[in-house]
Amino acid sequence: MTTVDSRTGSTWLDLVLRFRALGLIVALVALVGVTTALNPRFLSGQSVRDLLFAAAVTLLLACGMTVVVLTRGIDLSVGSVLGLSAYVTGSALSATGMPTVFALPLGLAVGAACGTLNGAIIHFGRVPPLVATLGTLYVLRGVVYFAAGGSRINASDLPPGFLDFGSGDVLGVPYLFAVSVLVLAAVGVFLGRYRAGRDLYALGSNPEAARLAGVPAGRRLMTAYVLSGALAGLGGVLYAARFGTVDASAGYGMELDVVAAVVVGGVAIFGGSGTTLGAGLGALLLTVIDNALPVLRIDQFWQQAIVGALILAAIALDRLVSVRAARALRRKGSHV
Amino acid sequence: MKGSKPMNRRRLTLLTTPVLAAAMLAACGGTTQGEDDGGGPAGGASADPNADFETGLTYAMLPKSVNNPYFEASSAGAEAAVNALGGEFEYTGPSDASASSQVSYIDTLSQQATDVLLLSANDPNALCSSLEQARAGGTVVVTFDSDVDPACRDLFVSQVDSAEVGLALLEMAAEQIDATGEIAILSATANATNQNAWIDVMEAELESNTSYADMELVDVVYGDDEDEKSFSETQGLLQAHPDLKAIISPTTVGIAAAARYLSGSEYKGQVALTGLGTPNQMREFVQDGTVTEFALWDPTALGELAAYTGAAAASGIITGAEGEVFTAGDLGEYTVGADGVVTLGPPTRFNADNIDDFDF
Amino acid sequence: MSDDARLGEARPSERESTGKPPARALPAGPAGDAGLRLREAARALATWDFGVVAVTVGFLVVASMTVEHFGTARNAGYIILDLAPILLLALTMTLIVTTGEIDLSVASTVGLTSAAMGVMWNGGMALETIMPVAVLLGAALGAVNGLFVTGFGLPSLAVTIGTLALYRGLAYVLLGDTAVADWPRLFTGWTLGRIGDSAIPNVLVPMAVLAVICGVLLHATPVGRSIYAAGANPIAASYAGIAVGRLKFWLYVASGAMAGLVGVLWTLRYSSARADNAAGLELTVIAVVLLGGVSIFGGKGALPGVLAAVVLLVSVQNALRLAHVSTEALTVVTGSLLIVAVLAPNALGALRTALRRRRTTATGRTA
Repeated sequence: MTTVDSRTGSTWLDLVLRFRALGLIVALVALVGVTTALNPRFLSGQSVRDLLFAAAVTLLLACGMTVVVLTRGIDLSVGSVLGLSAYVTGSALSATGMPTVFALPLGLAVGAACGTLNGAIIHFGRVPPLVATLGTLYVLRGVVYFAAGGSRINASDLPPGFLDFGSGDVLGVPYLFAVSVLVLAAVGVFLGRYRAGRDLYALGSNPEAARLAGVPAGRRLMTAYVLSGALAGLGGVLYAARFGTVDASAGYGMELDVVAAVVVGGVAIFGGSGTTLGAGLGALLLTVIDNALPVLRIDQFWQQAIVGALILAAIALDRLVSVRAARALRRKGSHV
Repeated sequence: MKGSKPMNRRRLTLLTTPVLAAAMLAACGGTTQGEDDGGGPAGGASADPNADFETGLTYAMLPKSVNNPYFEASSAGAEAAVNALGGEFEYTGPSDASASSQVSYIDTLSQQATDVLLLSANDPNALCSSLEQARAGGTVVVTFDSDVDPACRDLFVSQVDSAEVGLALLEMAAEQIDATGEIAILSATANATNQNAWIDVMEAELESNTSYADMELVDVVYGDDEDEKSFSETQGLLQAHPDLKAIISPTTVGIAAAARYLSGSEYKGQVALTGLGTPNQMREFVQDGTVTEFALWDPTALGELAAYTGAAAASGIITGAEGEVFTAGDLGEYTVGADGVVTLGPPTRFNADNIDDFDF
Repeated sequence: MSDDARLGEARPSERESTGKPPARALPAGPAGDAGLRLREAARALATWDFGVVAVTVGFLVVASMTVEHFGTARNAGYIILDLAPILLLALTMTLIVTTGEIDLSVASTVGLTSAAMGVMWNGGMALETIMPVAVLLGAALGAVNGLFVTGFGLPSLAVTIGTLALYRGLAYVLLGDTAVADWPRLFTGWTLGRIGDSAIPNVLVPMAVLAVICGVLLHATPVGRSIYAAGANPIAASYAGIAVGRLKFWLYVASGAMAGLVGVLWTLRYSSARADNAAGLELTVIAVVLLGGVSIFGGKGALPGVLAAVVLLVSVQNALRLAHVSTEALTVVTGSLLIVAVLAPNALGALRTALRRRRTTATGRTA
């Protein structure tokens, strides 16, 4: 019953997880297919670009959330971190006229600082992640309110280079989406191939066993929250670049969408299993639903209900799959 | 577990019986919709048009939410007016645009016996009982920008006449597309009082006015006054209607988001965009050719007029009856219309020629 | 297989990852030592509860003296009206959190029942019928949560995040962005009214009754002991013959019914049935429950602390408004209170353990 065990028995789990990604891809293709059949313009260049634009930020945040959820944690503060980072970056760009290239590191730094705060409260203060990040959700939003007040950063205040970064693309793929996908791949490799990444799975599967096996739990937890914060911070920069308008409410309530994307993407909310690929597909699926509704002329009021139903369906499916897998393994075990 | 099931059921029955009984009892002869049970305050004071503005009054401005540049501008106008009138001014409100948070603020202000409350309401009805209490305590309630039920306030300062805005919006759109082709509207929320009134005017005019015979309103979508949502709704509109010629967005958030989307898309210059926006937000898009002309009233002047209206009512110069006249400082003379509505004036149009003259 | 084991005992091991569970804070030792520590723990619990009450009373006294208009009967009435929905939802939330679960869907349930009331009212139903139906609807929505959590064994956090979105979404589907506002004055007047000539709002009566019921249930009945047992150690509790699943199911039903009741009160108080009613209130409710000393891991907490926390939070908000302090400060205060509420006892505990360890090593050396 240790983590080593989960490595050896992972063929089954791998299969299940791959099925999950496959299932998401099937759902995506079906949805896009139906929508396109009803309105061919849904697959036009412009429309696909728009979709990728819209998915970029959620994708990035879902990536960070995956890392945290893997350790049985949660980060509810991502929306506020995004807001803070977007505002700080936006005002730094408009006030100091600093070069656009500094925007990304600045946003990352703001986010990483918030993530460090979360990690410290959780690790050193022994505060449950739900409570800690709920608290920082309020506190950081309050800080944004203080900083921004009633002001708003308009597109005309931002350097053109920054806005071009927000709206430009290479070969039809927006820069923003490319950044998100690169990050997603990097985090995926980190989780799958590196010791520190595997440790996060171990911590989520069985914290006690992981500790006994010598995993530095505290350091790994800090890594997870700093990473989640930093990606939310980067998300803030992308947000500012894409919309050009930043006010105190940027990213408000976004945490729900991100948690939904992660859960739909097959990352188990009690830790230990899931991939960034799944979470990315989850984010993409939610964005496609969001964009398909107006095209399909479905009342936009249904959107939130659909998201909720998807979350319930996804966790119920996870449960079913894991129960079956466990039963199958037990049966296999009894034959030996 | 097996033995527990009948018990569950029994407990459920136990729990629901009284409730159901009450429901059934009530079903015969209950209170249903449409039964008017009266109520509401009645006026009765008389106006003295020659009275002077009282000094030393306390004014509080309660916007839909703080952290909103539009209301910041209104508050600047109101503060200037209050300073000129020799009163005390406070700008306060919730950070979320919800009616329930506004109620708490109204309760607080009425305890502090504020003389004049300048309010932009998040819900036309939810604030009424609190407003009634405030008025019973002697507070003059003037709504601006967004009204409540006329029975719950003294006066409403309207930014513009609904008909005038609707007509101006349609006229600008028609000028930009030679009065031919499909148009769509990107509005705020589906129950936004102002926007719906303007949309009604536009729809009626499209039907009745022959010079708009070749224009067709194909869709109305709602961006909920959220930047991101308005942005993606614009996107959805253009996908759903390939032949769309113009978008009218009668909300500052909507037009800015739509302009931002258009300027970065292949539709730039192909699809006309007009509506209500602030010059500071739209300047860039007028300069890059995405937008030709849009309109808005001056929110600063709106706040100023609201403050003068409140002062006039608190000083007994007006009571809110139709036809009463008062002078609002530099803004000039205003007449109270039907239902206690004071109208600021026609909207100002902004285009490449004049946009740099404005800063709000 | 580790996966199987994880599913079986998700909860106890989850505690390990995040904090010290109260039950395990008592490591095995000589029986006398454990007894002593038990007493110590009990004292610590009493201290926290007492602390919140003391801070609340202290704040009320200081604010009455320093903030103009705060100490009036009229203002007390406003505070009670404002805290009613939070307090009612916190009652059942306390029970649920004590069992180690959570219900994030309460505010959405309020919104959905409110929207449903609007639809029924527009459909010509009598308000006397609508009100009980709304409470039943809330109970049914709670039962859905309960079914997912106890029937299918899914984590309550994920389930209720799902229903948080689902119920709010359905509320919008029902009523869109429109509001139903023509509620009869007889009823809306009652929710705002006061008892006789006193300054006591009518809503205080159902609030007090329900608070007493929940308090007695939690602190003086076998059900209450089962709730603590289920939260402290669900496996031990089920070995002890407690039907943990059934207990939790009914608590979710109760939570839903309470949210339904709050939906009725909210709709009538603001005489406005809207889909976005009470949006975001779940965070405030969780915040007061945790601030009141209830452990997020279950098995620990008491109602008086929660009641005091509700009063504290709402009166701080009220006083800040009266003192012309900006709203932004409030957001920061709420968040910080929440973190400090959990952080402070942990830090104290860690300090105490460290001190004790030093003492024992010291005595060990001298001996």
